[in-house]
Amino acid sequence: MNCLECDAILNIPEDASVGEIISCPDCGADFEIAKKNGSDVELKQAETVGEDWGE
Amino acid sequence: MLKICIVFDRLRTEEKMLQKEATDMGCESVLLDAKTTLLNTDTKREDHDLGDIAIERCVSYFRGLHFTANLEFLDVPVLNRFEVANICGNKMFMTLLLKKNNIPTPKTHFSFSSQGAAETFNDVGYPLVIKPVIGSWGRGIIPIRDRDTMDAVFEIRDLTDGPHDRIFYLQELVKRPPRDIRVITVNDRPIAAMYRRSSGGFKTNLALGADPEICEITKEIEDLSIKASKAIGGGILGIDMMEDEERGLVVHEVNNTVEFKGLARVARQNIPKEMVRYALDYARK
Repeated sequence: MNCLECDAILNIPEDASVGEIISCPDCGADFEIAKKNGSDVELKQAETVGEDWGE
Repeated sequence: MLKICIVFDRLRTEEKMLQKEATDMGCESVLLDAKTTLLNTDTKREDHDLGDIAIERCVSYFRGLHFTANLEFLDVPVLNRFEVANICGNKMFMTLLLKKNNIPTPKTHFSFSSQGAAETFNDVGYPLVIKPVIGSWGRGIIPIRDRDTMDAVFEIRDLTDGPHDRIFYLQELVKRPPRDIRVITVNDRPIAAMYRRSSGGFKTNLALGADPEICEITKEIEDLSIKASKAIGGGILGIDMMEDEERGLVVHEVNNTVEFKGLARVARQNIPKEMVRYALDYARK
């Protein structure tokens, strides 16, 4: 699967789950796994860090 | 068999650890993405896979808080309870509650305009640490050591003028070693603790690169963390303490959706297992 921003190849672990964040090794863009069915993976732009994020 | 619902908005190592422990303990679990869950005033508990108990783990404080309100509306037990999450999410509410319960906490000044905050500096002097009442990971926490810094910080606040920019939380700069202590409590019981050492600057947040190091839970740490947990309302908490040179331990923060992956690597106790075990006990009550 390729980065939606820079087209670099993304390494998505087989055991990755929906909701996990995948970072592009080239451009650093973050994507969230929106759907996953075996090796079929759909990504969406991850949310950016919000003012209320944290513990 | 009881089922645990782990509510998330960004699936992190911690949520996966909780799910793994639940599975290892022979318990069913479900991960529920708050971002894609639709609720309304007629929603029934059985409309969603909410399990018998929910552990709310959203990284967004307001999302988690409001989602918790909905879960409690549906009579789903939640850790932590809305009341606890609400208090922990706001440093002013938390500090007031700690003080009310005679928990040693740094002296903190409250004012409600930049003019009022400037008067506080006139009365108390420098330094004081300004902290946003909402926010984590050390963001926006600035030691103000002189007039120029104060003017700059207040000017930015007046310009951005968000609802919380008018609330000024100014805390004494505690004389302490360059570290603080994070204690994880489960059901008013400290289960693990670590020192968080500053990586050179003023702040000790792991999110900013501070180094974790296991901390023995002394009787003083144990007693104080139990008192602080009870004061806030219990549940699963991260209690932060500083070692004041004169007063001993002071509690400066209690966290609601505590992050634990760093501590879990070195702790003797299995932190996620303790959390899951407590959640199951809580659901049975």
